[in-house]
Amino acid sequence: MASDDVKLIGAWASPYVMRPRIALNLKGVEYEFLEEKFGSKSELLLKSNPVYKKIPVLLHGGKPICESLIIVQYIDEAWSGHSILPSDPYHRAVARFWGHYIDDKWFPALTGISRAPTDEAKKEAIEQVFAGLKFLEEVLEKSGAGKPFFGGDTIGYIDIALGSHLGWLRATEKLSGLTYLDESKTPLLVCWAEKFSAHEAVKCAMPETDKLVEFAQMLKAKFSAYIDALSPSITLFSSLNYICSL
Amino acid sequence: MTAEKEVKLLGLWASPFVIRAKIALALKGVEYEYFEENLRNKSELLLKSNPVYKKVPVLIHNGKPICESMIIVQYIDDVWSGVGPSIVPSDPFDAAMARFWSHYVDDKWFPSYDDVVNGETREAKIDASREAMAVLQPLEEAFEKQSKGKHFFGGETIGFLDIALGSYLVWIKAGEKITGLEFFDKLPNLSAWAECFWAHDVVKAVMPEVDAVVDFAKKIQAKFNSPPPPTN
Repeated sequence: MASDDVKLIGAWASPYVMRPRIALNLKGVEYEFLEEKFGSKSELLLKSNPVYKKIPVLLHGGKPICESLIIVQYIDEAWSGHSILPSDPYHRAVARFWGHYIDDKWFPALTGISRAPTDEAKKEAIEQVFAGLKFLEEVLEKSGAGKPFFGGDTIGYIDIALGSHLGWLRATEKLSGLTYLDESKTPLLVCWAEKFSAHEAVKCAMPETDKLVEFAQMLKAKFSAYIDALSPSITLFSSLNYICSL
Repeated sequence: MTAEKEVKLLGLWASPFVIRAKIALALKGVEYEYFEENLRNKSELLLKSNPVYKKVPVLIHNGKPICESMIIVQYIDDVWSGVGPSIVPSDPFDAAMARFWSHYVDDKWFPSYDDVVNGETREAKIDASREAMAVLQPLEEAFEKQSKGKHFFGGETIGFLDIALGSYLVWIKAGEKITGLEFFDKLPNLSAWAECFWAHDVVKAVMPEVDAVVDFAKKIQAKFNSPPPPTN
């Protein structure tokens, strides 16, 4: 498909936007990145995603595709080259399952830490995050067999689904002092995180941790009347919740 | 085919999520062994096959478990791709649309219908039904484009999105019996679609009886004071 008109509506800090960016990079597809202005939603976004009004939205030949992992699957199907989803039906199902789990359980547990009403609930949420990482460590071990990525020698679907959260995970670690990717608990994931972040297709799309920390602090200052009592890690997660609502 | 004998489905008879897997298997003419689970006493096989969620449906094919209803449907379509109708559209954009709307069904529709099931009084159920109907409005509008003028979202045959939404029809019909409301009253496209879907041979063969679901809903409500229906 030569001379495709490919646009991606997004925002630099959003983990969900990172996903299609990585996928497009893996396929070597050139695209125009349309950065949404902070605090407002463009006409194009509202017209392209009237149901959710959220980023990312991929526009291919003017047709909008929404929901980050659905966009990643679309990119995998629409362009040849690097395979993102495995070709084997069972492994495809496993990849889709973990992509679903990351968005359905793991990430909400992470952002849920800040919303936990009691210390007990907070402790439980943190445990859920670590339990999830343990599951994913096992998946990496099983699918990896010594390979660097969930996708084997190359970045695949699970790598993209999980790896897109590394920026905010690191920012959280910086501000909260709590280490989520712990070599003593999930050594494979720690190694994976480094390799993933250094990958050509990822480097340019991964936001800098310090910039995310700055962004979170800016948001806190902006909304300080409402979140004065919150600790730094809560600020970060509130920012992330805000980002996810974009 | 030896492979077909090695297909097992763990489920609950009234679960729309399990119904999805059953419809997909039936569309492909796949024979399988069905295991009815008891939510209060989950089998070892279920706990071993779905340690993350411990929920149904679980498809076990040649000993390998696949979980999450629409992921199971896609798996069935992939494995038995040469058999029966195609479930996921072959065009990438159409496939993305089918996935998007199926996600919408699970993300927005299911919780809204959950409120209907959990409504403690008939009035509460009626109010929740009206909310749930509003949630279907975008699908009502999308129907024409998705169906390309045919009977189903998948066109001539039942497809991915038909299965995602249609699996709820038995609960919608049960809700209509309980509330006296005609659910698709203001949704003519979906009303026509529901009629076609409900009349489809494959659907007729796998859907539980509406009255059985009505009884089931009433029993749970009476016993546990409005718990949710079997979920995945």
